[in-house]
Amino acid sequence: MRKNHQALKNTGLFVLFAGPTLLAFTVVFLIPFVVGLYLTFTKWDVITNDGSFVGFVNYVEVFRDKTFLTQMWFTIRYVFFTVIISNLLAFFIALALTSGMRGERWLRTGYFTPNLIGGIVLGYLWQMLFSRVFPYLGQKYGWELFATSWLTSTDKAFWALVIATSWQLAGYLMIIYIAGFSGVPRDVVEAAKIDGAGHFEVLRSIVLRLSIPAVVVCIFLSLSRSFLTYDLNLSLTKGGPYNSTELATYHIVQKAFLSNQYGTGQAEAIVLFVIVAAVALTQSYLLKKLEVES
Amino acid sequence: MPVRRLSHLLKHALVYAGLAVFLSPFLIVILNSLKKTQHFIENPVAWPDPARFSNYVDAFEKMNYLRGFANTLLITVLSVLAIILFSSMTGYLFVRFDWKVNKVLFFVMLAAMTVPFQVIMIPLVMIYGNLGLLDSKAILIFMYMGFGVPLGVFTFHGFIKGISYELEESSFIDGSSRIRTFFQIVFPLLRPVVVTLVVLDVLWVWNDYLLPSLVLLSPANRTLPLSTYAFFSTYSVDYGPLMAGLIMTIIPILVLYVILQDHVIKGISEGALK
Repeated sequence: MRKNHQALKNTGLFVLFAGPTLLAFTVVFLIPFVVGLYLTFTKWDVITNDGSFVGFVNYVEVFRDKTFLTQMWFTIRYVFFTVIISNLLAFFIALALTSGMRGERWLRTGYFTPNLIGGIVLGYLWQMLFSRVFPYLGQKYGWELFATSWLTSTDKAFWALVIATSWQLAGYLMIIYIAGFSGVPRDVVEAAKIDGAGHFEVLRSIVLRLSIPAVVVCIFLSLSRSFLTYDLNLSLTKGGPYNSTELATYHIVQKAFLSNQYGTGQAEAIVLFVIVAAVALTQSYLLKKLEVES
Repeated sequence: MPVRRLSHLLKHALVYAGLAVFLSPFLIVILNSLKKTQHFIENPVAWPDPARFSNYVDAFEKMNYLRGFANTLLITVLSVLAIILFSSMTGYLFVRFDWKVNKVLFFVMLAAMTVPFQVIMIPLVMIYGNLGLLDSKAILIFMYMGFGVPLGVFTFHGFIKGISYELEESSFIDGSSRIRTFFQIVFPLLRPVVVTLVVLDVLWVWNDYLLPSLVLLSPANRTLPLSTYAFFSTYSVDYGPLMAGLIMTIIPILVLYVILQDHVIKGISEGALK
């Protein structure tokens, strides 16, 4: 009797404390996730709203879809340069802002500002700059590089995407690097300097090594965020010129919601997920090996 | 030490010049939001003379700013409240009760945090579309809750683990119920993590485009990012009002940032290094 009472009480507690959370999580995440996996093995007909089981056909389709492969390669290049540029910028800004400068707090606030805006606003902001402001300056001062709008050529539109993303990401990563550097003990740095270690030496063998956890987090964040970019792509280049700057997510959205190929679109989403996960895990595994074992 | 002094100066110059470059896109857009479109095309770096505020009035009406603002505010506030409330309760349950089901659920939520929205969006639209549940702000808020609770539960779980049980115990002895004890004793202690989560979730929900673009179909439901997109697609060459529209979209979150800047910075760094 007593045991039953306790079980009933526990069930009540569980429903009260976890019920709403689990309901939302299950209905919004778990069920669609499972349905999504199932979807990749069917050929879904949007009109009859019915699917026939087709096995791995959709996954084979993904690797036969030349456009998807080209765009995946485009995405990987975009991620590569974005991660490197944003992290280098963030690292050095953070280094300067933890060296005891006057007005550090104010500067930090300023550098973070681009992160307040979403991808859509970010894209339109830079669209104005690349299509109007830079060409004006380029023509006026004879800078060949800027004389025409960057958004009309594939190569330059690629760099426009990288620059706009890095501009935003750098301020975000900077905050994390600053937090990471504050974990580097000052006396270790001082001792090294007294021992005659140069500026660069201190940076490489002490600061960088001791802040590996922050580096791992930053690379992880910048990797996953840039792999999944969509809004910026839509507002800055709209995939153009001639669909040459469509990132992976852009392609998936088009495939699913414009061409109504749910099965293949979903299979591509899963392939994208697997690539992001593999790259992110590999980098954190490799970088963690560099961590100081002390 | 003149070399030292020189490098010191150089560093200051670089950091401040860098900030100026960083903020210049905003300044250029503000400058041009006050110009006639024709003046912007002739010279986008000239000072606006005279400053025209009519672009703002124009954009305010054409993008139906008030409606977008109200929708975004409603959706953001309710989503974030729901995430904080329910995930703190669940995080508490998972820490204090060592049941097997709790451990399994916690693990599933952790795993869910690695799955990007891209993997969910197609079945999500399919299922909710078939049920006729799209195009509703309430459903969108519910979805934000579903996507937001894993991070919430994880964050609260980590924090509550460090709170000693003694405080609660004495409250039970006084005859207080579990739920009452949670809200009176435990929840007030969670303030630092609540701040972190509010910052991360507000920035996410307020600025999100992809999810609302799939869920909210009718213009009456549009959030600010959706109305910005619609405005730019419709009036693609009317640059003056377009730029005024951009600035107006940025202003609410900028005001919030100016007031809460230290909390925002703290929230970001603590949210990331956990």
